[in-house]
Amino acid sequence: MPESSERGALTEAVYYIMLALCSPLHGYGIMQRVKELSNDRVNLGAGTLYGAINTLVIKGWIIPKKGASNSRKKEYEISDLGRDILKIEIERLKELINNGEILLK
Amino acid sequence: MKHIVRKLYWNYEKEEKWLNEMCAKGMALTDYSWCRYVFEDCKSGEYVYRIELLENWANHHESKKYIEFLEESGIEHVASYMRWIYLRRKANEGEFNLFSDAESKIKHYRKVSSFWITIGIFELSIGSANIGIGISQSSNMNLYSGAFLFLIGFALLGLSWRLIKKIRELKKQMQIMQ
Repeated sequence: MPESSERGALTEAVYYIMLALCSPLHGYGIMQRVKELSNDRVNLGAGTLYGAINTLVIKGWIIPKKGASNSRKKEYEISDLGRDILKIEIERLKELINNGEILLK
Repeated sequence: MKHIVRKLYWNYEKEEKWLNEMCAKGMALTDYSWCRYVFEDCKSGEYVYRIELLENWANHHESKKYIEFLEESGIEHVASYMRWIYLRRKANEGEFNLFSDAESKIKHYRKVSSFWITIGIFELSIGSANIGIGISQSSNMNLYSGAFLFLIGFALLGLSWRLIKKIRELKKQMQIMQ
């Protein structure tokens, strides 16, 4: 289970990258999927994405997919730990939205 | 048709801007070596150019991994010079920015400003040493070359200072938005 130190807010880019990786994708695939999910709003820069992928792999939130048929394009997918992190994040976002909708009537 | 332009740029952002202006005029950068830009004819605005400073030299295996990753998104590696890489992507494939959030922009600015500060301090030291020799041994050559290096060092520190200010602005922005 993630420790309480993991309960900070994820950046929008990281949230969407992890969400996209609920299916295995390679770098460019992640960019396109995130663009799709966000209605063209979030356009990940290749440099930003590369850094984020490396950080997420180090943290164990995503894992490189073994034995891709096309060995040049490395694919990634979300790990169990990553899924837990996303669940916590979604709860956090729900809290924000609930309060927003109540107070901003 | 090939065009060769000899020019010296210190500021990579201005250099990038110039490469994109050249492309708008129908000339696309196809190769670069120190102060020597090679252009080939292209359609006006056919490409968007970006310049990045890497952690390692361009032929290092980590850099190669990164460049391969970039190529997956249709980003072409046009040329490299030490740790600098020149990239381009077709304009019709959409917006081309390497860094889409403040955090990664800051990281790159920091890399460049450290690079400039290191070289700047180096030039200042060698410059001062030469000025010292020039004075103590009444050598005009040392005096002038020392002064020249000193000025270059100073200019580089000035460039890094401007980047540091940009970093501060981005950090302030980050207090409100990502």
